[in-house]
Amino acid sequence: MRHVLNFFIFLFFLLISINAYSNDTIQKFIENNHKLIAKSSSKTVDPILNDIKKYNQDDVKKFLILWKSKELSIIKDSNLIVYTEKNEDKIIAYDIFNNNEIGKFTKKQLKSIKPNSGVRSKIDSALVEYQILDEDINVRRESLQSLKRDIQKTHLKILRTAYENEVDNILREEIYKVLNFAILKFSKSEKEKLDVLSFFSNDTSLEVRASLNNLLNTSDILFTNNNKIIGNIARKIIPNKTYKKNDGTSNYILSSYSSNKPELTYNDAYDLLSNNKKVLPRITKKIIKESLVSNIEILKNAGFNISSLNNDLNRLEAYNYLASINAVPPFKSKEEIKNTVDKFIFYTEYDEISSQVTNKTKETLKNINFRVNIYRYIDLFVDGISLSSIYFLGAIGLAITFGVMRVINMAHGEFIMMGAYTGYVVQQYIPNHTISILIALPLAFIITFGAGILLERLVIRHLYKNPLDTLLATFGISIALQQLAKNIFGTQARPLTAPSWLDGALSINDDLSISYIRIAIILMGILFLLLLLFIMNRTRLGLEIRAVTQNPIMASNMGINPDRINMLTFGFGSAIAGIAGVAIGLFSKVTSELGTEYIVQSFMTVVVGGVGNIFGTLAGAALIGFLQKIIEWFNPSNTLAAQTYMIIFIILFIQFRPRGIFALKGRVKDV
Amino acid sequence: MFNSLLKDTNHRQVLFFCITIILFSFIITLLSDLFSVNFISTSFIKTLGKTLCLCVIALSMDVVWGYCGILSLGHFAFFGLGGYMIGMWLMYKRTEIIVLTASISESLPLTPQEISDAIGNQIFGVVGGSEIPLIWVYADNFYFQLAMVIFIPGLLAFVFGWLAFRSRVTGVYLSILTQAMTLALSLYLFQNDSGLRGNNGLSGLQNIPGYDDTSQFVISIYFFWASAFFLILVFIFFFYLVNSKFGSIITAIRDDETRIRFLGYHVESYKLFVFVLTAIISALAGALYYPQAGIINPAEIAPIASIYLAVWVAIGGRGNLYGAIIGAASVSLISSWFTSGQAPSISLIFYKIEWVNWWTVILGLGFVIVTLISREGIFGFLKSIFIRKV
Repeated sequence: MRHVLNFFIFLFFLLISINAYSNDTIQKFIENNHKLIAKSSSKTVDPILNDIKKYNQDDVKKFLILWKSKELSIIKDSNLIVYTEKNEDKIIAYDIFNNNEIGKFTKKQLKSIKPNSGVRSKIDSALVEYQILDEDINVRRESLQSLKRDIQKTHLKILRTAYENEVDNILREEIYKVLNFAILKFSKSEKEKLDVLSFFSNDTSLEVRASLNNLLNTSDILFTNNNKIIGNIARKIIPNKTYKKNDGTSNYILSSYSSNKPELTYNDAYDLLSNNKKVLPRITKKIIKESLVSNIEILKNAGFNISSLNNDLNRLEAYNYLASINAVPPFKSKEEIKNTVDKFIFYTEYDEISSQVTNKTKETLKNINFRVNIYRYIDLFVDGISLSSIYFLGAIGLAITFGVMRVINMAHGEFIMMGAYTGYVVQQYIPNHTISILIALPLAFIITFGAGILLERLVIRHLYKNPLDTLLATFGISIALQQLAKNIFGTQARPLTAPSWLDGALSINDDLSISYIRIAIILMGILFLLLLLFIMNRTRLGLEIRAVTQNPIMASNMGINPDRINMLTFGFGSAIAGIAGVAIGLFSKVTSELGTEYIVQSFMTVVVGGVGNIFGTLAGAALIGFLQKIIEWFNPSNTLAAQTYMIIFIILFIQFRPRGIFALKGRVKDV
Repeated sequence: MFNSLLKDTNHRQVLFFCITIILFSFIITLLSDLFSVNFISTSFIKTLGKTLCLCVIALSMDVVWGYCGILSLGHFAFFGLGGYMIGMWLMYKRTEIIVLTASISESLPLTPQEISDAIGNQIFGVVGGSEIPLIWVYADNFYFQLAMVIFIPGLLAFVFGWLAFRSRVTGVYLSILTQAMTLALSLYLFQNDSGLRGNNGLSGLQNIPGYDDTSQFVISIYFFWASAFFLILVFIFFFYLVNSKFGSIITAIRDDETRIRFLGYHVESYKLFVFVLTAIISALAGALYYPQAGIINPAEIAPIASIYLAVWVAIGGRGNLYGAIIGAASVSLISSWFTSGQAPSISLIFYKIEWVNWWTVILGLGFVIVTLISREGIFGFLKSIFIRKV
């Protein structure tokens, strides 16, 4: 009896469950599509995500969230998709929608559903329409972010609803912006688009510009042989004459010297026509050759000398013969092609139908680009200052030794390298980057100061009478030091990591962001300038250095020991190179060739600026830094060319001011 | 007549030099594969031939620096330019031969356009182009390119020298400027759109068009002899030049430029002449050097090469033609021996000295010491020993 009762109860539940299944269509839908859901790819998932929308919103949302977060599994035997929870060694499966426990399974009986990132982003975008109206503001915010990445046509309506219903003011503004993008992209109303364009007229952000540029997308080149053009014409193209401008409009080539190729040559135009089956294909040189090769026996029989077919004229003659016996289609001459092409009008049209909208877009873009250009000039200016600071840092030590002692130190670059390696070594022992830099700066000063004094005492002191010999001897030092660094640190670049607070950039808007490291270098340059000015003008050492610079004999008469001053100056100049090395190492890789990269520029800076003058070096660095950036600005893809032109400029500059911008006045002995 | 020639020490010196080089060349040829002795390998003959070319450029450097006092750090640029100019012909002609050979199997003969397209593709494919740049227009003409070997470096030297000497840039300034010129040239050549294959440079130069059947070994002997004769010619030319009145003037310019100017000489013209002349001779040496090296790229022109040139001359002994030759030959041969890893490394208890790594350090320091102690280099040192013995 109990068995019978159990049987009936079982039957009852079975009926209910079947009943429930037939009514609850989303479950049916999922069961029917279990294969596609379990093994989804971003290519196959679209129909499911579209079809599922017709079911109850809450259910769909729940299902999609679980699917996305990889919490669904499929029971291998029944192909039922369930929500699982781990319980000790068993896994408990629940119904997705009513949380009823379905049963306990082992790992092997289940297969968890793991959508890949492509599928997940599709699910995300499908979820948007449910989440953007969610009660939780964070969910709304997140869903807006994911919607922004890929705005669909269906979102237009959702965004409008969301904008109406949004209570949070900040989010409402953001939604409004995204809504405007959607309007520009999908709205059919001309007026609405024009309103949005006015709203965007002062916005220079990248998103806005991209969205406006999309409005100006044009079709491929179209053609017609009557004058009726229905669409919104972007530009008419006259074969061989028109070239395309960057902003999507067109113009005629003004001079025959212009290197721009026309957008559409006669041949291109003809090929376009023949591709659309309007005319017979053009007979190119390649086709001529192929036809001749395939008909070579006919030609031989007709008495053509094959070895004479080594120029275009003879080949054409042979081809015309073939055409005359109808073996090949006739050749079209240049005039024929031109005449055929001239019967057609070539043009492109905007994807956007309304000409009012495209005109307004062009105008708005022009305004925006004007502002953007101003930001770019500011950016260029900051770039120039920071490069100048680098050159100033690299050159100032050289300027001091060269100015005071008339000694050219070719190993100056190697002192820069020494400073950079000091920074690297310190970082190996002190992991905290801030502290290590703070230690490395004085340490580099001390080390290069010592090295400078050593060099002065051992070598340079003996060669004061002959500057060219100093040049040679310091070359030797430079070669030796460079190789020594290679032997110790290897040839690979070593990192000198900047403290984390120097990472990132001061971002003002999409076009103007200044990295903190650039700011730090500019500040360092200013600091050095002030420090040097202080030392040279306000201290005893500076006074003595200036005295020796101006007249060593008179200075020694006044009780200054020029030998000592020379030694200190050389050490001081080298030490500045060492500190500059730490700074330079922060933004470029530390290699043994670091010095050589800066030495020529540093010399140029000193020479252009004028020897023996801090302000001269500053002016030289500014001139060279800005000039290099400006040349790069005109030709951004080619920094090598920029450097080449720079050096040529400097060679020419020396012609007109052989003693630099700030020449020392008075009787200065020639070097 | 001949006896009277020999009585003059100058002539005796030149004759002695010529005989030494010719004897040396004969010995090398005898020991080589040519007579199946096989004592000296082809690559070593190439090295010797290249060394002779380096001796020529060292002679130029010695004249412009040791005698005239212009420390030019640009002569290796002229050397490289000469190599580039002849390399254009070598590469173009050889590619043309390859293209024409390949076209024999085709049923139609090629049009001139097709030939030049194929050559362009072969040569400039590596830098992503197929059009032959304008500067290659006459690359198929040997005599034109040979003229360019002289003309282009000569023109560069003339323009640069004229600008520099005119504004009285001297001494250290001039050195730095020449270095800048070298750097600019090498940076320019590093670009892919310079028309000279960017950092790939020109390659396959060891294959001489028209001598495809001749083995590399025989070609290397030819070049070795050509280099030897060129060295002799340049030596004789420079020897009589520096021992003439002209030589005295340029030496005087080196010692006191102002004084010579006050004596009424047009110093700038003398300097310009020497600068351009030595540049052209360097370029010719380069044109002989690079077919033996087989490849030329912009890295060869980098300023450091010219600096090494100054190092050789200084170590050998500047202001003396023998010194330049001794310096260039010994230092470049020893350098290549040490840096090619042939020298045995020395094991100390705590450190193993590998010459590949340490040779440059020693060279640099040696250079400093030479500058400090003996301004006349190895040759001066030898001379002082010799004179003491007598």
